Amino acid sequence: MGSRMISALLWNIILGFVFLGVLAYAAAAWSAFLSARESGTSPVAALAGPGRETARLLIRQRSIAPGADALLARIGTWLLPLAALLAVLVIPLGQHAISDLSVGVVWFNAMEVLAWAAVWMVGWGSNSIWGLVGANRFLAQGLAYELPHMFALITAAVGAGSLRVSDIAAVQEQPGHLWFVVYMPAAFLVFLLSLLGFAFFGPFNQPVGREIAGGAAAGISGIDRLLLLAGRYLLLTAGAAMAVPLFLGGGAGPLLPAWPWVLFKTVAVLAVLVWIGRRVPAVRMERFTEISWLVLLPLTILQALAVSIFVLVGWI
Amino acid sequence: MQTVIFLICAVGAVAAGIAVFRVDSMARATLALLASFVVAAIPILLLGLSYLGVLVILMMVMEMMIMAVFMVMYMMNPAGLMPMKMVHNNRMSLVIAAVVFVLLAAGALLTPWPSGGRATSDPTLALGMDLMGPHMLVMIVIGLALFATMIAVVVLSTHRGRYDRFGDDLRRRTPDDPVRGGLGK
Repeated sequence: MGSRMISALLWNIILGFVFLGVLAYAAAAWSAFLSARESGTSPVAALAGPGRETARLLIRQRSIAPGADALLARIGTWLLPLAALLAVLVIPLGQHAISDLSVGVVWFNAMEVLAWAAVWMVGWGSNSIWGLVGANRFLAQGLAYELPHMFALITAAVGAGSLRVSDIAAVQEQPGHLWFVVYMPAAFLVFLLSLLGFAFFGPFNQPVGREIAGGAAAGISGIDRLLLLAGRYLLLTAGAAMAVPLFLGGGAGPLLPAWPWVLFKTVAVLAVLVWIGRRVPAVRMERFTEISWLVLLPLTILQALAVSIFVLVGWI
Repeated sequence: MQTVIFLICAVGAVAAGIAVFRVDSMARATLALLASFVVAAIPILLLGLSYLGVLVILMMVMEMMIMAVFMVMYMMNPAGLMPMKMVHNNRMSLVIAAVVFVLLAAGALLTPWPSGGRATSDPTLALGMDLMGPHMLVMIVIGLALFATMIAVVVLSTHRGRYDRFGDDLRRRTPDDPVRGGLGK
C-alpha cells in the first residue's frame, strides 16, 4: 500500500468520523429540543443543551464506588463509542465506504453487538445494584430484538444477493429498481425498531431507566458518563446511516450527487428515530420479548421468504 | 506482516486464556475468555475466511455476554458477586489439560495436510464443501435433532406446564402467567 493510499484512507476515516460525530450531536440536540418543547421551556436554547452537558461532564470528577471494577467499567465506556465508529467503516457515504468489506452486513451487526459487552461491563463495573439490573435488562432486551434484527439485515442482503453494503445500495440505484423499503417494509420497520434497542433509546430505555436510578449509568459520572451517553447517540446515528444503503436506495436521488442524498436520508431517518423515541412510551422487557418472538420474528421470516421468492421470479 | 499479526493473536489468545484462571471475579473471567475467543477469530480472517471470522466475533460476543449473566447467577457464593478463586481440583485439571493439549497438538502435527493451496474465489464456500459437502443431509438432521433436544430440555425443565397456564381442562382462554407478556396473553 502506497503512502498516498494510506493518507487517503486516513482522510476518509477522519471525514467519516466527523460526519458521524456531527450527526450524533444533531440527534442529541433534536432530542433536547423535543423534550424542551414538551416541558414548555425554550426549545431553541435546548439545542445547545448537549454541548453544555458535555462541558459539565468533562470538568466533573469521575466517581468510583468502593469495590467497583474500574477496569471493566472503563473498557465498557470506551467500547460503546468505539463500536459505533467501527460499525460505520462499512457504510458507503456516496460511492465509497471507508472499508468496503465483502461481509459488511455481518461486520456491522458484529460491531453493534459489541454494545452488549460494553453496557454490561459498565453496569457491572460500577458495583451498583442498579447498574447490574440495568446491564441485565439490556441483555434481556437484546435477546428479544437481535434475531428479528438479523433477519431484517439478511433480507436486504438476499434482495441484492450480496453481503457487501455498497452492492446492496448499487442494486437499488439501477434504473427500473425500486428502493428495498418497497419490497421489504416489515424488515425496514423491524430494523428501525432494533436500532432503538441497540441504542437503548426511547421505548427501550429501561437499561438506563429512571425507576432504577439511571441503571447501567447509575454509578458513573464525568468523562465515563459522557462516553456512554455519546456512544448511545453515535450508535443510533450509525444505525440510521446503515438504513440508507440497506433500504433507502443509498445515494440514489435526482439532481444532486450521491453523498448529499446519503446525508439527507440519514438525517431524515435519524430525526424520525429520535422523534419516535420521544413519543412512544417505554415498553418493558418481558412485554417486548413476547411481541418480538411471537410477532416480529415470524413477520421477518415471512418477509425474508417473500423477498427470496421475489428474487427467484426476478422481480428484484 | 501476516506472521506478525498471527503471532500477536496467538500470544494474546493464550494470555487472555491464562487470565481466565488468574483473575478473581466471575465477570473478569468471562470477559477474558471472550477476549481470547475474539483474538482467536482474527487468524480466521487472515486465512481469507472473512465471513467465518466476523461471524465468530459476532457469535462469541453474544453468547459470552449471555454466559456472563448465567456464570454470575449460578456461583455458590452470593450470586457470584464477590471475589472468588477461579480454579479448583487443581491436580486432575492439570492432568486433563495436559492430555487434551497433547492430543490436539498431535492431531495438528500428524494430520497429512494438503500442500499447495488451491486458488478459489470463495474460500468460505470451498471450506464448507470440504467440511461437509457429502454430509450435508447428516448435518441438517443433526441440526434438527439438536434443536428438538433444546426445546425438549426447556419443556422438561420449566416447572409450569399447559395445565398451569390454561387450567385443568385447558379451557381458559388467556393463560395465567406470573409475568404477563406484551400481547395480553
